Formats: sequence, structure tokens, C-alpha cells
Amino acid sequence: MSPDRQSTTAVEPERYELRSPSYVRFESNRRGFLKFLGSGVVVVCAAPRTAGSQESGRSRRDSEDDLPRELDAWLHIDPSGGITAFTGKVEVGQNIRTSLSQAISEELHVPPASIQLVMGDTRLVPFDMGTFGSRTTPTMNLQLRRVSAAARDALIAIAAKKWNVDPASLTAENGRIVDTSSTRSATYSELVKGQQITELLPSEDPLIPATQWKIAGRTLPKVDGRDFVTGKHRYPSDYKLPGMLFGKIVRPKSFNATLISADIREAESLPGVTVVRDGNFLGVAAETSVLAARAAASVRAEWKSDPQPSNGELFDYLKKNRVPKDRDDGSVHEIGNVKEAFSSTEHRLNSTYQIQYIAHAPLEPRAAVAQWDEDHLTVWTGTQRPFGVRSELATAFHLPEEKIRVQMPDMGSGYGGKHTGDAALEAARLARAAKRPVKVVWTREEEFTWAYFRPAGVIEVSCAANGDGKITAWEFRNYNSGTAGIRTYYDIPNQRIEFVPVDSPLRQGSYRGLAATANHFAREVQMDEMAAFLKMDPLEFRLKNLKDDRLRAVFQEGAKKFGWEKKKPSNGVGFGMGGGYEKLGYVATFAEVFVDSGTGTVTVQRIVTAFECGAIVNPDGLRSQVEGANIMGIGGALFEAIQFQDGRILNPHFAQYRVPRFKDVPKIETVLLDRKDLPSVGAGEAPIVGIAPAIGNAIFQATGQRLRSLPLAPDGLKATVKS
Amino acid sequence: MPRKYTLLINGQSFSVDVEPDEKLLSVLRDELDLTGTKYGCGEGQCGACTVLIDGRAQRSCITPISAASGKSITTVEGLAKEDRLHPVQQAFLDEEAMQCAYCTSGMIMSAVSLLNQKQDPSNAEILQFMQGNICRCGTYPRIVAAIRRASGAMKESRP
Repeated sequence: MSPDRQSTTAVEPERYELRSPSYVRFESNRRGFLKFLGSGVVVVCAAPRTAGSQESGRSRRDSEDDLPRELDAWLHIDPSGGITAFTGKVEVGQNIRTSLSQAISEELHVPPASIQLVMGDTRLVPFDMGTFGSRTTPTMNLQLRRVSAAARDALIAIAAKKWNVDPASLTAENGRIVDTSSTRSATYSELVKGQQITELLPSEDPLIPATQWKIAGRTLPKVDGRDFVTGKHRYPSDYKLPGMLFGKIVRPKSFNATLISADIREAESLPGVTVVRDGNFLGVAAETSVLAARAAASVRAEWKSDPQPSNGELFDYLKKNRVPKDRDDGSVHEIGNVKEAFSSTEHRLNSTYQIQYIAHAPLEPRAAVAQWDEDHLTVWTGTQRPFGVRSELATAFHLPEEKIRVQMPDMGSGYGGKHTGDAALEAARLARAAKRPVKVVWTREEEFTWAYFRPAGVIEVSCAANGDGKITAWEFRNYNSGTAGIRTYYDIPNQRIEFVPVDSPLRQGSYRGLAATANHFAREVQMDEMAAFLKMDPLEFRLKNLKDDRLRAVFQEGAKKFGWEKKKPSNGVGFGMGGGYEKLGYVATFAEVFVDSGTGTVTVQRIVTAFECGAIVNPDGLRSQVEGANIMGIGGALFEAIQFQDGRILNPHFAQYRVPRFKDVPKIETVLLDRKDLPSVGAGEAPIVGIAPAIGNAIFQATGQRLRSLPLAPDGLKATVKS
Repeated sequence: MPRKYTLLINGQSFSVDVEPDEKLLSVLRDELDLTGTKYGCGEGQCGACTVLIDGRAQRSCITPISAASGKSITTVEGLAKEDRLHPVQQAFLDEEAMQCAYCTSGMIMSAVSLLNQKQDPSNAEILQFMQGNICRCGTYPRIVAAIRRASGAMKESRP
């Protein structure tokens, strides 16, 4: 294990994760907020110590920003016994509304269903950078447990005072404080009645260890599942306000276009239509979505843009277009003497790997409803960064942030794709002009075109190893795709790892696991290549170069479940593996792939993933995340790629951009390693990193073909396999 | 020009004034505030907007209102009988067959249609029928398990 990884459990936010340039933070009126909560017990805290800030040796700024520095209310128990908790994290399908409820429930000794969790409402919740980087479980879960423990202790103190007993003789049980020395007990509601207590979080509170968890650590179904199967839940795109208009944006034909002229006369002549032209922004608002679409289509706009690169030249372009010096934030990590090690080691390999742009394609496209009240703006929108969107709106409309409220109803997924507030800005601009609330919902084509993509990349890897299978030197250069997961977790004495930032031809940003998907792909395929070159078993080769016990464990447990050593692939079938460490989680994925030698069709038949993320909070929720990551990962591994030409997306529809469907799904087995002795960490991202190399390596075993570009086989292997 | 259409949705009659080429999906969502039916692509490629028309799964995003008028339409809001969930809804809960759940209504409506047509479909038949519904979170195996479970439950409840 590399020493600087061992020393920190904080995750450095990936470069593309943070898109808005700065966070101008205005004083918010928290005093008013506390008054709004009324009587009862309120737990407030400031500058809390978290897993991040406690243990981080580096990226101080980022881990400190993990939680707010101002005084904030996190939990409130009102006199009727209602429990409300507040968090800036948002629910996007990763099921944290449930797992965070479990955390609160555990420490506060109340049923999870009795907790109301207010999420992602910038007016009500403490500041939060956003829901990304798998930070919810390591940071927010811990924070809410601490807050809940403080509330429990406050209730015990109230009861101790009331009954004039030693607090040590009191315990919390199922919504009551119980006096263990007598039969006396009181409900939380009885205790907080008439109280006005603000409990400041102490610097240390004893939390219930995972080994003694009764509610956390067990499977709990989605807390509001019924609202989803009945269609009752309102997603951002379902919001509706009285008098609301529908907005539609007039888009240019290509990226980076400048609006030259626009004939809006016909649109303006339509009944009740508002047309807005503001800089490069051109949009309409109308009484119905049909009328808005008609008005937008009637606008004759002329745009100007310069020629732009296309897919065909992408990888060449990435290698030749390093960002100019003044913006260059490239990095080099070097240990030992790579040059000397390469020249003195017997076996050497050089490979180049390529990664295409892919789209998140969340099933719910970007959506927002905006409403102005004088100079106050309220927006309901689907985003992973409500406070980030508030900041974007403040900048765009020259407003102080306290005049803007962003609310984020649990949305139809994001996968890192909804960090920005595009739809919110558009809806707000139209609403200001129309003087009515406006809703903007992107079409699928807009979502595929005007969102942003997982970065494309070129990765060059060189590896040197001795005949006994010990790697001596490792050189790794990543152009553009990013730094997440760029370091090797294999124990290699001489390393040079470089990131080269590039002026991306397409708008790019965060994605589930981000560059870790690309970096793990290149690294784990290279490992397989070297093992094959040395005629060693790929598992044995990895373990020979791996000291990290947690990573060894997932490889070994996964191999056991898969039957790695027992099973020998038969005709057309290949086995492969890929694994690693990402966002504090450990993963090893094994794939069984069948390649039809007649048709070249590639079928993933079986996947086994072993995963470890500390003490498990919700086993079935975790299993679902691992399964889902594998299935989503099959798309990026085998067939997903954005096709573009001269600033246009050529495949902006589900009929053209293939995503995994029912028939693409193999048998999936998940092995969860529950480490109750370790802090719980996130699981939304790490499980996706092993699948692409596992499939690529399995294809090699099945066919002898080494595929080094993602997607591996968008049209099968037809062209290269003889029948 | 807008025309008056009568729609029979979840056993209730509605009258709307819309253009003949307006799609059933936007009428349901924007006119009638039945937002359980989702927009996913507007092209019949993802299944998020699936409703039952005369008992069969149809993509409401490509169904002109004129083609739906006078027929019996069921949306996800109309499946449960009072407080009792439809067996397919219950099975989705039991199998935790959702993450963000944005695809869920379309998945459920497709599954109900499948089980209306075939009480005990094979796995291959389930995959074939459901192939047009996308779940980006990747809960497909759980959805298949939910359909199997619902099929069993519906068989048991039949006399």
C-alpha cells in the first residue's frame, strides 16, 4: 500500500467534480431559523470534527468544506415528539434517505419511520458542498449519528433533572427515556414539552459501535418506497405551480456557437408567448409545452461557430492539446528511479489505452421550476449540488444568496451528471421575463447533447517485471480523463504517474467513479497483460505485488466465490478480473464472458464482485448499489460511446446510444465483506471500477485478442474473429 | 386547433381541450396532474411513460390523444385498490426493485401488462417483454425477481 494513501481516509475531490469556480458564502440568518423551529430540543453544531477533517493529512481545504463552519441546526425534536433531521445531502437513488434514517434511528432509539429527513433545501439545511465523491456515508452518516447521540444525551439530562436522578441510571429505549433503577419512563414528547433547549454538540460523544447496532447494519427497505410504486412521489420534473408556464430553449446547432441574429416575430405573435434573448440565451415560455415547442421552432436564429474536432481524431487531439501553461494543473507523482529500473529489468511492456466520452443519461432529464417573488427566487430542481446551484443563480442574477432558495426533491438519478444548474438558470431567466413561474424540462436529446460527459482519455502505461513476477517499475500517463484512482495500489518501488490536463473538445465533468473507471481499466488490463507475458496466473501475479490486506481480501474472497482456481474456461468462454480501491471502498470483480466465434457476439454470462466498505449500514441497499454499478458499468465497458462531429452529437437518442437493458444483464453474485471494526464508507462509486477490465481480460482469455479501448466491443468482435 | 376529448382514466371520465396531435403523456402530466407517468425520452425508447390502454402496455409519449380517446386508460395511480397495492406494486417493494425509482411506474405498468397476457411467463419471456424499459440504476435482476414474485402471488389469489 502506498504510504500516503494509508495515512489518509479523506478523499480528494476529483478535479472535474467541482465545477463552479468559487463559493461566495454570505451570512445566513440562522437565528431566524432556530426561532422557526420553535420549542423542543434542537441540536446545533459548528465546525464539527468529521472523519475527513480528523484524519486527513492533505486536501485540508476540501475536507473542511465537507461540513459547514457556521452554527447550524441539524436535528429538532418538537413537543409532539416529531423528529426532524436536516442535511444538505440529496437522494438520487443511492438510498441515503433510508441509510441516514437508520443512523439517526440507531443513536436516538426511535423507529426509522418516525424520522423526517429534510434534504437539500438551501433555506432549511446546513451548507453542503454536494452529494458526490461517495462522501455521504463517511461524513454525513457519522455526523447525523453524533447529532442524534447528542439529542439522546440532552433528553437523558432533562429526565435526570426532572426525576432528580443520576443520568447514568437512565437509558433511551424506543422513543422513551427509561429509569433503570425504577419502572419510571417518559416519552421524548413528554420530556421536551415546555422546553426550549439548544444543545450544542460536544466535541466527543460516544457512538454505538457497529458490533452493537440494532437498526443500522441491517436491511431496511426504502423508507418511502410506497410513494414510488404508487406514482405519488413528486420528482423535480413533476413540480407544478399555479399559473406556471412551460419553457423551451432555442439551442444552437453546434457547441461554442455565438448567436448572430434571431427573428422572433412569429414566436412573439403566438398567444401568451414570452420570448427572451439575452446574450447567447434564447428561449420562450408559453401556457403549454406544445405551444412552447411551437414557439421555439418558429424562431429563425443564426449562429456562428468555428470548426471543432470529431471522434475520428479524438485520441490524437487529446495528446496534442495540453492546456496552456497559465491553466495547467497537471501533476507528476514519482518515487524511486523509474528510468534505471526500466533499463535493468528483464521484462517490459508498453501499452496505450483509450477511453471514449460517455453520457450519464439519467432517466429523469434535467428539470427545474423557478418562481420569483419580487427579488426573491425559489427553484425546485434536480441537482447533486443545491448550494452550488444557488451560487450559480446568485452569480447569474446578481443576487445575494440569501434571496435564493433551491429545493431538491428526491430526483431521478444523477451518477455525477447533475452537478450544474443549467435548467434552473434557464427556468429562472424565463420566469423573470414572463413574471410567472416557469418550468423547464430537458428533452432526451438535450440531455444527451447539452449536459456534460465523462471525460475521454488516453492512458499510456509501461511496466517492468522480473521473471519471478515482481514488478519493479511502473509508468502511467493519463491525458485528460482525470486523477481519481490514478495511483497504483500495487507495491512497486519505482513509479512515475502523471496527469496531463487537456482542453477537452466536449463539455466534461463528474461521473460515477469518474476517472477511476478509466484508470482502473488501464491499470488492471496492464496487470493482466504482464501476467500473460510472464505466463503467470493473473490472480497470483496481482497478489505477489499487493500488500494491502483489505484489497487482497476482496480479490481472494471474490476468486473463491467465482471458483477462479477450480474452473477452467471451455470453448469461447473466458474469465477475467479487475479490482482496486476507490473512494475508500475495496472492490474485486470477476467476469465470465462468452464470445461466439461465428458471430463475434460478446456475452457477459456471470459476474462476481467482492466489496468492502467498512461496517455495512444497510446490506441489501449495498448489494443493490454493487449490482447496479456492475450493470451500469457493462455499458461503458462494452458499448457506450458519444459520437460527435464538428460540435454536434451524432447519437443523442436511446435508439442510437445503447445503454444496458434487461437482456444485457448476466448472473450477478455479490460478496459483501462486513468490517464492523472499520468506519462505514460510501459504495455508490467504487463498485463500478472493476467491471470494464474484468470483461476486457475475459475477452482476452476467450479469444486471445487484447482490447485496449473503451468501449471494448460496441459492435461485437465480428470484424476480427474468424468463424 | 384544440378539440375536446373525453378520456377514461383509472375508471374516471375526464374532458380535455387539446390539439389532436398532443401526446397522451403531456395530457396526463400537464393537464390532469397525473405525474406518476414519467417522461424519459419522448420517443418510445425507454418505457418510463408506459400506461395501459385497454389492458395493454403502450408508450404514452408517442400516443396521440386522438388515439387514446374513448379507450380505457390505466396509469400507475390507478393500480392500487384503495389502500391495497396491486400484487406487482407489492412485489416491487418486497424485492426492493428500485433505486431512484424514476423508471418504476413504467416498469410496473409493463409488468402488469405482461402478466395480464401471460400468467406465468418464463424468464426469457420476461426479458423479451421488458426489453424496451430502461433502468439506468441497473435494478433489472430485482425487477425480474419482482415480476416472478407477482406472478406467483397472482396465481395464488386466483380461485
